[in-house]
Amino acid sequence: MNLILHVWRQKGPKEPGKLEQYEAKNVSPDQSFLEMLDEVNDTLIKTGKDPIVFDHDCREGICGMCSQVINGVPHGGQERTTVCQLHMRKFKDGDAIYIEPWRALAFPIIKDLIVDRSAMERIIQAGGYTSCHTGGVADGNAILVPKPVADYAMDAAECIGCGACIAACPNGSAMLFTSAKVAQLASLPQGQAEAAERVCNMTDAMQANGFGNCSNHYECQAACPKGISVKFIAKLNREYQKALFK
Amino acid sequence: MILDGKCPKGPIQTSWDRHRFDMKLVNPANKRKYKILVVGTGLAGGAAAASLGELGYNVEAFCYQDSARRAHSIAAQGGINAAKNYPNDGDSIYRLFYDTIKGGDFRAREADVWRLAQVSNDIIDQCVAQGVPFARDYAGYLDNRSFGGAQVSRTFFARGQTGQQLLLGAYSALSRQVKAGSVKLFARTEMLDLVVVDGEAKGITVRDLVTGEVRCHVGDAVVLATGGYVNVFYLSTNAMGCSVTANWRAHKKGAFFANPCYTQIHPTCIPQSGEHQSKLTLMSESLRNDGRCWAPKKAGDNRPANEIPDEDRDYYLERKYPSYGNLAPRDIASRAAKEQCDAGRGVGPGGRGVNLDFADSIKRLGEDTIRERYGNLFEMYEKITDENAYKVPMRMYPAPHYAMGGLWVDYNCESNVPGLFVLGEANFSVHGANRLGASALMQGLADGYYVIPYTIANYLAKIKPGTVKADNPECKKSIEDVKGATNKLLAINGKKTVSEFHRELGKIMWENVGMARSEQSLKEAIKKIPVLREEFWKNVKVTGTGVELNQELENAGRVADFLEFGELLAKDALHRKESCGGHFRTEYQMPDGEAMRDDENFCYAAAWEFKGVNAEPELHKEPLTFDNVHLAVRSYK
Repeated sequence: MNLILHVWRQKGPKEPGKLEQYEAKNVSPDQSFLEMLDEVNDTLIKTGKDPIVFDHDCREGICGMCSQVINGVPHGGQERTTVCQLHMRKFKDGDAIYIEPWRALAFPIIKDLIVDRSAMERIIQAGGYTSCHTGGVADGNAILVPKPVADYAMDAAECIGCGACIAACPNGSAMLFTSAKVAQLASLPQGQAEAAERVCNMTDAMQANGFGNCSNHYECQAACPKGISVKFIAKLNREYQKALFK
Repeated sequence: MILDGKCPKGPIQTSWDRHRFDMKLVNPANKRKYKILVVGTGLAGGAAAASLGELGYNVEAFCYQDSARRAHSIAAQGGINAAKNYPNDGDSIYRLFYDTIKGGDFRAREADVWRLAQVSNDIIDQCVAQGVPFARDYAGYLDNRSFGGAQVSRTFFARGQTGQQLLLGAYSALSRQVKAGSVKLFARTEMLDLVVVDGEAKGITVRDLVTGEVRCHVGDAVVLATGGYVNVFYLSTNAMGCSVTANWRAHKKGAFFANPCYTQIHPTCIPQSGEHQSKLTLMSESLRNDGRCWAPKKAGDNRPANEIPDEDRDYYLERKYPSYGNLAPRDIASRAAKEQCDAGRGVGPGGRGVNLDFADSIKRLGEDTIRERYGNLFEMYEKITDENAYKVPMRMYPAPHYAMGGLWVDYNCESNVPGLFVLGEANFSVHGANRLGASALMQGLADGYYVIPYTIANYLAKIKPGTVKADNPECKKSIEDVKGATNKLLAINGKKTVSEFHRELGKIMWENVGMARSEQSLKEAIKKIPVLREEFWKNVKVTGTGVELNQELENAGRVADFLEFGELLAKDALHRKESCGGHFRTEYQMPDGEAMRDDENFCYAAAWEFKGVNAEPELHKEPLTFDNVHLAVRSYK
């Protein structure tokens, strides 16, 4: 099939950007979206033009590096799917496809489709851990974790840190991302000791780093390639309330 | 030169404990005076940087991704081994040690493997304390599953995302140290040279991938945890950015490269769908717990899988290896799949695939149980192939996955260049000629959490901190060299793209140095690679400049290194006139097609010294001795 691409091109953070049009020809339905872009890039390079730069690495939907808004939807709108796992069989011959970077106040554009997501790092650094030292910890079976609790923590821990939730949110809020980590650690016995301090510090970091507030649009959950539920936002709010009254 | 691995003498059971006592320590107040550079933030690098920072050293950590959390350890699915013996099924440190030595086809160092098995239990405890949500049973105890090459259930797992959860554990420990100020993290930064001053590793030259700035970081020791090199095959299960570059540049500065021909071809990967393919996707080995491998008995049987009755199916692993069945080790399972396809019994496009069938397990356990165990894998399979594996068997074909070879290190994980330490997949130490499933995560974390914090002190205690400054002539020269190479790549302005060269190299490697190698095919590769390399340096086209974010330039540097390294890999494979583990020479096989080792002549680690790009590398040998495991023909029958 043949497609028309409209791709956001921007040379640098302070340069103006705009959508440019490219053709993708003879696209196979078995190709992944990024493989389609690889071929467009090869054509651009051969004609001496700068290829489209985009973040990608594992190409199996787990590293969280790929980050494109396709036709207005982060990761392209296929349920529970990252851009790298999106395949061209989901498109039709002649389709026009609009490709843009994550857009949020906290994610300045570096170039083309690549944004700076270091603000998310700072949220984790503010408390997304248990303060255990290497060595000298208890046996793994010393503290029992009931299966439903382990499963709940794992549901939250599946977050790949891609930032789609933030790109999808009209407020550019990082609530889903932050709450997933807060909920994982607050539900496990190992994370209890620091639960109150953690939720406050991470929430503060979220606000200090340019993320907006949550106003319950649930766009984050719809865009999340791992299906992280907004119930974790409720958990964060509850943990936060608990911490305030401690 | 005969290399010495410096393993502790005496009974192996106490070797690590005695060695820990014998090594020198750095006093707590002095630790902050030492700066350690850690390259790579996967399980090994992330765990090392976090642990060293916590001890009080001054650490700088580097990764090419935009976050330390994205290193390719994250893609490991199935699990991590430990000798806890929680299921009471006969496991022990000794058995894990034995299985790993045997699984590696007797080409690993005993002492290193013993230590790995010994610390394996601590890793599980550490990860639990970090909040890694391992699978639990209804009573709240840790759950285990079986994996290839073992007859006990010793694999701990977090759904099908164990690597992700362990890496996020290490990443959280690292983030804590970043916050504490003991680790300074440099993301989107790629190491392009090792700085050696008076014979010792004292720094690295890096390129800031956003601005293009080339600069030198000096320190008192360098730790490479930069992963494996199987992207030399172009199509592999590695991430797109995985490369041999950091290792290769260190090799060119004097570090020996050991056993590069030991590459693991993983048996269960989704078959290639066309020429456009950029990478291959692995399906966890754990699937072989409940999936049965089969191919049609008759060549050219084109009936859909569900219409082929049981009597026309060959469950070839169960037939050939009745005691391990579908859980035969990876090298054996891969070769068996290739054998089926080569005989025309393959399924799917081009006949390059075998079935991995869950119908019996679904009948026995119900679809819900299978979904709970492998749901994310079935989902991933469907996204890529558009097929529902609950209804039809998965199609699988082997793909390059892991590098057992790597930079040569001694028992302390120190290379032959003093001050240069190498951890995880980047070194060669514990997996011999074949790695068992769920052992890569174990090694990465063992090296990072429990080995390097001890062994690096032994080196640092002997040197004065901060002797090399950024204005050292070696740093200036290194920066000039890196800039020179960048400018050279940009100036060629040829006609072919970097990925076209990478594909061509991959084809040469896969066809001649892949799952089955022969003298003839290896000589063919050794002839073709330098020709392709020469063409690359005349005809590659890299657009843009060096002082901006330029992904083509990054990739060009990595492919340039693969074009040199591929030749060494082929030469190592040619020199090793035996078959062992992942290295299969068609000339050296048993009558039944199993690998035939030659312990008389090849029971050593081959460490190669760089002598120049078009010069013959020099071979150094480290003899391997087996005092605790009897050297035997590996049998899984």
